[in-house]
Amino acid sequence: MKKLLLGTCLLATPAFAEGELKVYHWFEYIPEELVQKFETETGIDVTIDTYDSNEAMLAALKAGKIGQYDVAVPGDYMVKIMGDEGLLDTFAPEDLPNFGNIAPQWLDVPFDPGRKSSIPYQWGSTAFSVNRDVYQGDIDSLAILFNPPAELQGKINVLDSQGEVLALGSIYLGIPQCSQDREQLKALSDMLVAAKAHWASFGSDTAKDVLVSGDAAAGMIYNGFSAKARAEGANVEYAFPKEGYVVWMDNVVLLKDAPNRDNALKFMNFLLDPENSAAVTNYAAYTSGVTGVDPFLADEIKNSPENNPPADQKGFFIEACDEETQKLYDAIWTNLKK
Amino acid sequence: MKGVRHYPGFLAMTLACLLVLYAPLAVVAVYSFNGSTSITQWGGFSLRWYGDVFTGPEAGRFGQAAWNSLTIALIASTTAAAIATAAALAMIRGGAFHGRQASFALINLPLMVPEIVIAVSTLIFFSTVGLTTGYLTILLAHITFCIPFAYLPIAARLEGIEGTYEQAARDLYATRAQAFRLILLPLMMPGVVSGWLLAFIISLDDFIITNFVKGAGMETLPTAIFGSVKQGIKPNIMAISTLMLGVSVLFVTAAYLVNRKGQKIP
Amino acid sequence: MAGPGPSRGPADAAYAGLVRPLLLPTWVVIGILMVVPVALMAVYSFLTKEFRGGVEWDFTLAAYDQFFVTRGLFGDEPAQIEWTYITIFARSIWQAALATGLCLLIGFPTAWFIATRPARTRGVWLFLITIPYWVNLLIRTVSLKFLIRETGPLNESLMAIGLIDSPLPLVNTNLAVQLGLFYSYLPFMVLPIYAAVERYNFALSEAAADLYASRWATLREIVLPVVRPGIVAGMILVFVPSLGAFLAPDLLGGAKTFMIGSLIDEQFKGSQGNWPFGAAVSMILMSMVMVVLLAYARAQGRAGR
Repeated sequence: MKKLLLGTCLLATPAFAEGELKVYHWFEYIPEELVQKFETETGIDVTIDTYDSNEAMLAALKAGKIGQYDVAVPGDYMVKIMGDEGLLDTFAPEDLPNFGNIAPQWLDVPFDPGRKSSIPYQWGSTAFSVNRDVYQGDIDSLAILFNPPAELQGKINVLDSQGEVLALGSIYLGIPQCSQDREQLKALSDMLVAAKAHWASFGSDTAKDVLVSGDAAAGMIYNGFSAKARAEGANVEYAFPKEGYVVWMDNVVLLKDAPNRDNALKFMNFLLDPENSAAVTNYAAYTSGVTGVDPFLADEIKNSPENNPPADQKGFFIEACDEETQKLYDAIWTNLKK
Repeated sequence: MKGVRHYPGFLAMTLACLLVLYAPLAVVAVYSFNGSTSITQWGGFSLRWYGDVFTGPEAGRFGQAAWNSLTIALIASTTAAAIATAAALAMIRGGAFHGRQASFALINLPLMVPEIVIAVSTLIFFSTVGLTTGYLTILLAHITFCIPFAYLPIAARLEGIEGTYEQAARDLYATRAQAFRLILLPLMMPGVVSGWLLAFIISLDDFIITNFVKGAGMETLPTAIFGSVKQGIKPNIMAISTLMLGVSVLFVTAAYLVNRKGQKIP
Repeated sequence: MAGPGPSRGPADAAYAGLVRPLLLPTWVVIGILMVVPVALMAVYSFLTKEFRGGVEWDFTLAAYDQFFVTRGLFGDEPAQIEWTYITIFARSIWQAALATGLCLLIGFPTAWFIATRPARTRGVWLFLITIPYWVNLLIRTVSLKFLIRETGPLNESLMAIGLIDSPLPLVNTNLAVQLGLFYSYLPFMVLPIYAAVERYNFALSEAAADLYASRWATLREIVLPVVRPGIVAGMILVFVPSLGAFLAPDLLGGAKTFMIGSLIDEQFKGSQGNWPFGAAVSMILMSMVMVVLLAYARAQGRAGR
């Protein structure tokens, strides 16, 4: 991280030099102190490059950046896609002494069964939050977003993200995420078009700010974002709707043609240490996928309402559909935003 | 003399224009002193974000990003302005020649192609020819898309200058180089400055293309800022922006003073 | 100008021949760094899309078919004209045209005002126009949004002086988008016009005044034709980027509908990952702009003779 290339250096240094690690990561998703700790412990120089969405990362890798980085941090469905695209390398559990620290429920995940290319980083949920100054009624249903009460109509922000909007819509209607059924798809499309009339805006990066500023009174949002909105003084409550909600997990993956494969494995092992994983959680305010982090967690993270869903409720991962089905969902989204 | 230059309402329009341009900057400056971590809720006056800019965990990253942005913008806009000036001379003073129409289309091509397309195709191109992405690739891409922004004002200016000036100089036994340097270039200068300024701010502000052609660990200010707002804009971004404004004002003041010195003769 | 415009210069063939090679750097730089990648994109638009980004080297017209023809959601209805993308284009063009008009309306007087200052201070005025652009576009747009929101300073001060009773809903409207585009691209209008007006010979205006032409008639009949190259340059520089802009429409307009910019962006960076379609949309956009520009250039060239 500290080894940002000096401005006078015209070409990036060759990638095969020893003692390096190139990380492709989201911005501000790993505390600087943790990177320094890894550098001190191992003597490896870490360079971090950042991307702003799973899809942007995929596009950049496919346009030629594969082979420049050792590890990346894609979301759940993107791990599956990258695996299908042949962008990932595999490792054996023995390569990571801390492999056993992976929480059991995150070991055999649908996007990477048996964890052959990835380890858990952080996970969280996507549902919605409501400004309690504006609306005091029940917020236990996705109807708040898709068939909103009069008080909230015209004051709703939804994420500008096809995956999340269509998945939550499907959960609301109780239909499978990769349906090919005409009636179901038609119902989904009609429901979304009708709901859009009540929405004020689409925005992902702005999801927190519109709630804090009062531009929106309710909004589809990630749980960590909602916690931050609350910390900034907005009277918002994060809902775990009864129909279910979207669960996501970011994962550290070993990239194909990693120039520093051994260092990448060291880094992944480092992140599976409970104390280190907890440091990320304390920083990002999501939830770790490693067992034994509790003693290292800050109280406000451990007890935050956004991080503790009621026991009886169900989260769903966004599914990666096959090509034919995906085409239908793309059409629904384009139609919604045309 | 003053009469024909003056149009009622133009001053008011200019002031309105400046008001619109600067009002949001006032927001930026005010909220850079915000004590809270929010950019929308006021939490009292504080200098903490300025401290954060210089000593915070991201200080090195943003400092380096600002340095990269400024140097890239400076080199790219200057190179582009030079290329554009040469191109304008050829286009406006070169008479009718084959390929003039094509050259015009070529110069404006970077303007016609959507940024995201330039971004993806340039990255594919760089990786095909085996150029490692980094400072150099950003610079090359910036020079390219800056050219039309520099060219249009320069050409518009040159078109308003009759060839008789150079002719007169030549008649007085100036060499062609002298005629250009002593007569034409000074006449073209407002166009060149305008073009250079446009190229500079376009380069300084570019995110989409830079984001694709930058290498690992290479950041410019826009990529650093866009990356960080995924977690919500914090007042440290406002502080950095305010500092950038400060730098620009310093530049302007310096330029003004230099200019005044150089202009002893009215 | 805009067009290659009339070529002006000494009637000196040797001189003309001497300056023509000055185009060489442009040809080299743009030829390699822009034409090659764009040609690649043109090829991509005729290839088969690879699922989730990338292309397969199979020739097809599928991308253009998707743009112009619809066969219903499930692809089994009779082919009809697809209005979705045409609508998106029309909306973007209208938006960009409005923004260009607005920039011209405000930008021309501003450029005029600056160009008529004493030579010493002109540079300062120019910098005053460009200083705000040292702050990142994203930050400027967010701050603009802050200003005009319902509880923002603009509405509160208007209410305080009693001009309005309830806050104006500005955020997420077209007006806000226009304001954002205006704010994004104003200098691109002002600077070229300034460069042209600065060169204007005010003796022409004086002559017109001596002949009892009114100020505005002089502006219309004498000034505008002379400074037209600057105006056209400014209009191009505002219109074309506005067509592809998506920051202002997204942040200030609420992103409820696609613009050309966000549509293309979605194909490369969104979950749809349809590169050939993104390339095809870009090619259609490019050819449209190119045709208008070259047609103008040709007309201009003819008029200049």
